[in-house]
Amino acid sequence: MVDRGGASHPLVELTLARFREFLREPEAVFWVFAFPVIMTCALGIAFRARGAEPVIVGVVAQDGADGVRATLEAAGGFTVRSVAPGDVDRAIRDGRAPVVVVPGRPPAYRYDEARAESQVARLAVDAALQRAAGRVDAFAARQEPIDVVGSRYIDWLVPGLLGMNIMSTGLWGVGFAIVQARTRKLLKRLVATPMSRAEYLASHVLSRLLFLALETGVIVGFAWVAFDVGVHGGLAALALLALLGALSFGGLGLLVASRARTIEGVSGLMNLVMMPMWVLSGVFFASSNFPDVMQPFIQALPLTALNDALRGVINEGLPLASLWKELALLVAWGTIPFALALKLFRWQ
Amino acid sequence: MVTDLGPAVRCRGLVKRYPDIVAVAGLDLQVARGECFGLLGPNGAGKTTTIEILEGLTEQDEGEVEILGRRWREDRAALRHQLGVQLQETQLNDKLTVEETVRLFRSFFHEGPAVVELLEVVELTSKRGAFVGKLSGGQKQRLSVACALAGRPELLFLDEPTTGLDPQSRRQLWTVLERFRATGGTILLTTHYMDEAHVLCDRVGIMDRGRLIALGTPRELVASLGAEHVVEFGVEGASLSEATLRELPGVHGVTQRDGHVALATAELHATVPALLDCLRRQGADLSLLSTHSATLEDVFVSLTGRHLRDG
Repeated sequence: MVDRGGASHPLVELTLARFREFLREPEAVFWVFAFPVIMTCALGIAFRARGAEPVIVGVVAQDGADGVRATLEAAGGFTVRSVAPGDVDRAIRDGRAPVVVVPGRPPAYRYDEARAESQVARLAVDAALQRAAGRVDAFAARQEPIDVVGSRYIDWLVPGLLGMNIMSTGLWGVGFAIVQARTRKLLKRLVATPMSRAEYLASHVLSRLLFLALETGVIVGFAWVAFDVGVHGGLAALALLALLGALSFGGLGLLVASRARTIEGVSGLMNLVMMPMWVLSGVFFASSNFPDVMQPFIQALPLTALNDALRGVINEGLPLASLWKELALLVAWGTIPFALALKLFRWQ
Repeated sequence: MVTDLGPAVRCRGLVKRYPDIVAVAGLDLQVARGECFGLLGPNGAGKTTTIEILEGLTEQDEGEVEILGRRWREDRAALRHQLGVQLQETQLNDKLTVEETVRLFRSFFHEGPAVVELLEVVELTSKRGAFVGKLSGGQKQRLSVACALAGRPELLFLDEPTTGLDPQSRRQLWTVLERFRATGGTILLTTHYMDEAHVLCDRVGIMDRGRLIALGTPRELVASLGAEHVVEFGVEGASLSEATLRELPGVHGVTQRDGHVALATAELHATVPALLDCLRRQGADLSLLSTHSATLEDVFVSLTGRHLRDG
């Protein structure tokens, strides 16, 4: 039996030290907990489901404008705005009116072909005006609007935000702490003891896991209470995924910080690593928007794997077994950089 | 564990070069078990490089090192358990408490005093709950020593343990180190305080420009001046030749610097009256006269012509 004089196993002590250090740093707590909640809240409000909203239509103020306005108001579902004749294109560009009707016989529609919103408004206006002019629909299709929780943008966004948060806190949390210990010569002091180097590095990753439970709980809980974003899969599956994600980015954080000597240096490297994933890995919009040639690269990124798997569990309620590819990728991203970091690490 | 009774530290022909400087230029050193050995010298003399090579933190370019009869290359893991190390520039984590810090370091070792005992030894029990960031310089240094003692080391390395501390804090730390020695521990420390070496060390080695330029007990080194006292004086209105000064009774050495003269003398009672007579005859006015017992500082000045603090 090893005598530790009242202390616990070094891995426990190291992890606790990291955990305490973090909790006693109020700024860090803000970035990890408050920031993602504020972010989720802001995006949630911006993209909340608004139900069936009236279509905004601009009508050029000229002869016949009153007729068009009356027709659309009678049809219902439109908000009509008057647009000065010289102001039409600007109104469309600014988003004040996605479509502008130029009264006449026949009328003209000005709209932006590249914007879906503009296209939809044009179709709606056209249908209303045609019917008022006497067009008869060939059939009356049954309308079945869906209101399924899980299909809204916010439902899709929350797992992405969670993934992004796991990435950024993992990388920053590990990277900063390591570089700080290096500049304060604490690493050098630690290697002058019998401490296991692998245990030291592992403690950084492990301490991330302790926060992770809190982080994930806060984000998922907030999204559930505020936006009714539910978890369709098992909570255990979600926990395991978050865990794997944290291990993965913790390992990557170690690698990024393995040689950096200054906080500035490591910050630059962190951004270099994270930027592509913010854009490519499907946080705010689907990664399938990128061309096919880029897909193998995008699919190999750890954040893509994490986001896909999180959406699988949260939105679709998939069992973990069906996400084995993403899980394997996360494990690889956790272990290979960890092993590399152990080799490359600059202790002094 | 049974260890052989060879020296605690033995190194031979140690050389360490950096791109711009030769930090250690061929150093031989032996420290006996139970001894307190001091490496003295100004900043840049190579003390820190030497001690870090001995601690296994820096690899030498040439030469052999044996610590407690072991070599770093073969017995690194075992050696780490037998040594206590305190580095010059380490900043322990400000956000941990004293006790948490000691617990952390204690957890790395397989045997040693209990955490509470370590706190007791360095007199930090009353500060156990304080954050490291709130400690005074002396308390931080004692905490650092507590961490070094966590594995009940046979050999303790200390790199400038009292630099920057006030006199009271220095004495407190010395007490801690004397307690460690009383248990049979060996200490190798570096310092540029000669009084510290005088108080703590059985033997000292004086380093300058990567070499040992003198080695012995503080008493031997002071005796090597051939004199126990130093008379320092300054004069105005005349200059005295070195030859004249050397003829004064009891004088063994003369060092002149910036208009001040230092005489090393074995017989203060004979030298001072003779000096005053001599000055009167020459019509010189004393602008300064002081005497003190010779110290290691005087040894350094006589060996190098420089003061330690000149660096």
